[in-house]
Amino acid sequence: MGTIALLILTIAAIVFSAGGILASKIFTKGSFNLQKGQPYECGIPATGTPWSQFHIGYYLYAIVFLLFEVELVFMYPWAVVVQKIGFPALIEMFFFIIILFPGFLYAHKKGALKWM
Amino acid sequence: MISLEALKNEVQNWLQLHVGSTMALIAESVLLGILVIALFAVLGLLLVFMERKVSAVMQIRLGPNRVGPKGWLQTSADTLKLMLKEGLTPDGADKFLFNLAPFIIMIAAMLIMVPVAFARNFQIWDINIGVLYISSVASISVIAILMAGWSSNNKYSLLGAMRSGAQIISYELSAGIAVITMIILTGSLSVNDIIASQENGWWIFKGHIPAIIAFVIFMIAVTAETNRAPFDLAEAESELTAGFHTEYSGMKFALFFLAEYINIFIVCAVAAILFFGGWMPFHIGHWQAFNHIMDYIPSSIWFFGKTFFLIGLIMWFRWTFPRLRIDQLLNLEWKYLLPISLLNMLLMTIVAILKWYL
Repeated sequence: MGTIALLILTIAAIVFSAGGILASKIFTKGSFNLQKGQPYECGIPATGTPWSQFHIGYYLYAIVFLLFEVELVFMYPWAVVVQKIGFPALIEMFFFIIILFPGFLYAHKKGALKWM
Repeated sequence: MISLEALKNEVQNWLQLHVGSTMALIAESVLLGILVIALFAVLGLLLVFMERKVSAVMQIRLGPNRVGPKGWLQTSADTLKLMLKEGLTPDGADKFLFNLAPFIIMIAAMLIMVPVAFARNFQIWDINIGVLYISSVASISVIAILMAGWSSNNKYSLLGAMRSGAQIISYELSAGIAVITMIILTGSLSVNDIIASQENGWWIFKGHIPAIIAFVIFMIAVTAETNRAPFDLAEAESELTAGFHTEYSGMKFALFFLAEYINIFIVCAVAAILFFGGWMPFHIGHWQAFNHIMDYIPSSIWFFGKTFFLIGLIMWFRWTFPRLRIDQLLNLEWKYLLPISLLNMLLMTIVAILKWYL
């Protein structure tokens, strides 16, 4: 099919989701109630805003993730040709990991991977 | 012999003969769209029903058995019920992002289908970077989940979305490295080439121990990536109500639910392609007669059989293991799976360079 398949599938997804949501809008009859729009919080009225501070751990994991994700992107082309090149490629990848791993160890030592 | 490939060629030839080439392309595009939507609907209904029946078998009870013969129409009735529910938007929610999130998760789920080969020569588009494409599009769904959680104006939703984000990006690493481990063997990212390279045996048998380790790591990682139990922290119903889709109701909730099950199907299809040869029948090296007998079973049956076997495995996990805590979950990934999979990758490189797999 070629590139056009991506376009068709995107349109199909939009048509499918919009069709479902529209159909449910047509079939249902809404009612009005003052408390209906309240966000759910165990039944009692919600207090405060959820958009406040949350655990820093998530952020640290995201940063360490970036380190490895970049490494992963470099590995894909390497993996395709490693059989043709042979041992030099393996040694290069070995050094690549040895250079990158201290970053991970540093994060580990600093306690970034510890959940507090 | 009836096969999907023959059917496709028949339709293509008929269209080429009876309407012009431009009209044929348009007709094919419309047909493709309808087929993919139908596949989505059928898979959604089937997988939800399968999950309920599998859980019933695991817990020695009957499961759904009232609507239709043996409860087969239960999920259709559920869909109808969800369609008749009013779609709510909570006060103070970010309306634009709140309504956009279901669309994005559906688009991502549908776009991953592109390079998946359903049968011999039956594939939407054989991209030469197929596997890389799958892993990159699959990571779009985390954006939709974060979007849904953030825009809901609900504390449970935000917490669920944050957990889900941390979990998905963490486990993407070991899933990616497990995929790379197999690419080292195949030497190509294209799905067709990967399947063709398993003509004289599937990689799980040919690849020795590194392939088995990679398979185990891949299954653990994709279970976490699709937010399934025992890694279902993002929607842990006993602590977070429903996680990132607490505030969604009606059809929008149904779309999230559907996308979740479609993602399970796709990751199992990828595992089947990488480790079990996709639509490739069970072949053993030079046993020509045996291979010929195996070829009589249609390739689509092989593909769906393997995929549903792996889906059954993931459903089995759900009813076997207790849920992990968030710190245990992240420890498992960063302190065990990631170093092991890196080491396993280097091991596999040695196996591949020395050609031990033939």
